[in-house]
Amino acid sequence: MIVDKKTAQKMLAKMMLIRRFEERAAAAYRDGHICGFCHLYIGQEAVVVGAQESFKSGDAVITSYRDHAHMLSCDMTPRGIMAELFGKKSGYSKGKGGSMHMFSIERGFFGGHGIVGAQVPLGTGLALALKMQKKDNIAFTYFGDGACAQGQVYESFNMANLYDLPVLYIIENNGYAMGTAARRHSGDKALYERAHAFDIESCQMDGMDVLKVQEVIAESAEYVRSKKRPFLIEAQTYRYVGHSVSDPGNYMPKEEKQQYKDNDPIGKLSSYMLENGLSSEEEIKAMDNDAKASAKDAYVFAENDDLVSEDELMTDIMEDQNV
Amino acid sequence: MSKMITVRDALNEAMREELQLDEKVFLIGEEVAEYNGAYKISKGLLDEFGPERIIDTPISEMGFAGMAVGASFLGQRPIVEFMSFNFSMQAIDQVINSAAKTRYMSGGQIACPIVFRGPNGSAARVGAQHSQCYASWYAHCPGLHVLAPYSPADAKGLLKAAIRSNDPIIFLEHELLYGLQGEVHGPEHCEPFKAVVEKEGTDITITAFSFVLGKALEAAKILEEKGINAEVINMRVLRPFDIESLTQSVMKTNHLLCVEEGWPVASMASEQAMLVMEHCFDYLDAPVARLCGVDVPLPYAVNLETLSLPQVDDIVQAAEKVLGKK
Repeated sequence: MIVDKKTAQKMLAKMMLIRRFEERAAAAYRDGHICGFCHLYIGQEAVVVGAQESFKSGDAVITSYRDHAHMLSCDMTPRGIMAELFGKKSGYSKGKGGSMHMFSIERGFFGGHGIVGAQVPLGTGLALALKMQKKDNIAFTYFGDGACAQGQVYESFNMANLYDLPVLYIIENNGYAMGTAARRHSGDKALYERAHAFDIESCQMDGMDVLKVQEVIAESAEYVRSKKRPFLIEAQTYRYVGHSVSDPGNYMPKEEKQQYKDNDPIGKLSSYMLENGLSSEEEIKAMDNDAKASAKDAYVFAENDDLVSEDELMTDIMEDQNV
Repeated sequence: MSKMITVRDALNEAMREELQLDEKVFLIGEEVAEYNGAYKISKGLLDEFGPERIIDTPISEMGFAGMAVGASFLGQRPIVEFMSFNFSMQAIDQVINSAAKTRYMSGGQIACPIVFRGPNGSAARVGAQHSQCYASWYAHCPGLHVLAPYSPADAKGLLKAAIRSNDPIIFLEHELLYGLQGEVHGPEHCEPFKAVVEKEGTDITITAFSFVLGKALEAAKILEEKGINAEVINMRVLRPFDIESLTQSVMKTNHLLCVEEGWPVASMASEQAMLVMEHCFDYLDAPVARLCGVDVPLPYAVNLETLSLPQVDDIVQAAEKVLGKK
């Protein structure tokens, strides 16, 4: 057995929470509570949940606009995240950020960035700061296959290699850069191999299997931590939904989607836990009910929360407003 | 004021003193370390502070600007040198979307204490791609301070204040000012983010910043000989704009000429004209005038280059016109 009962239950609960939270967010969008862009993580849960098992206090996490799951994995509260999605005052950014822009220094989460690929230099910079501060910490820097076409990603790889930065790059390859299939945006099939051009070690993994993810990331995070060197992982994953809530995802072939759904990370871990006596069916059902309850609680909380005060319009722009 | 040094040495001194004072301060950019800076602004800093804090980068403006912003999120205090602000266009997404907006987008949680500095505007015969003024580009964006020093005292005092600020700062230097001599204060002194009246006068307010401020001061001397007493304001703070210094002067002189190296469309001059309309329109005795760089990519040929930028005589004539003397 490669995973103990406690860890397996924790990861399953987290994946369920993400799934149910995202379903609630989609419902809230349909109900008119959430507007603008809202990018869901349904189907990809195993990646961030497996990876966050290697998170240690003081580490930094940064990602793109598909960020709700990363925040939940950093133990940011469903209420605070949902309130931000609703644009309410108890949101992590007081309603000023929205779905794509939330942060929590306390939980080590540095956003939530809306420009594809821009978080890669930023995450590399978090690693630079950790190195300068002589910390034993690393920067988890997530990005998608779409971001792999941005030049600044490779500028970052080059500098992470040159300066020996403790950054763990995690490509969440869900097969689509918005509506453009990977085969249409990348001539080479194995994105992880691009790291080799910068002398960065890398590997590919099944991103639908949380146990595999947890194992691979544990090893690579330990490499980054101990060797003080960058490492890159390409997780092959899938989103069952469109790029954002307003995208029906018609470009994703039905058979392809079904193939991934048959390999669902939550179903897979549930089966594993049943087969290995780590949980009973009742326990798993209860965990899912808890996840649903948390998501619903977040929805109700956000709905009842107040709008941010209009006095907040012109605050938080700069510290030295009147230098 | 203690001693006479150049703008170049004043900038160097500001960085050295702040690097000594706060170990979180570091300098990063192309050629800043082993080469001692493309314009020698960082001369000697590598020897004193070592490669961990004086960091040479590859030619990757977007990458290293973004990396520095990321480091600032965790409390480091980067000074990013752009070899020229023209190259900051490669990085402008990180400057605006990542540095300027994050404090707001995070509801005040994340500070970004960073200085982006380097030469801005024209130089001498370097052609259109190396001669643009980005003052109004950056001054447009909330979340930034935009500073444009003229003298060694400005350069040292404003840069020290910029490095100590917890906000992102655009610090626009000028290649043709690096050799300008002047007095500077000691290591404790920081300049306030306010404009400075360089020459008091009563008849017309002339505002200018960076290199063309020198031309405006020369023009004021010629105007003096012609019996016109111009007030010249060093508009070294472009965001948040020092409205009070502008309006106080205009309410005294009742005339305004804005001089600027950058292009006229959506310029700092446009902004000043609007501010005067909003704050002290009734005090004007004549329409506000602007004298900007000519609306073309800056040419290489010496005669055309001269024609494209505000010259001393142009300023004299423009001031006389505002006063109805031409």
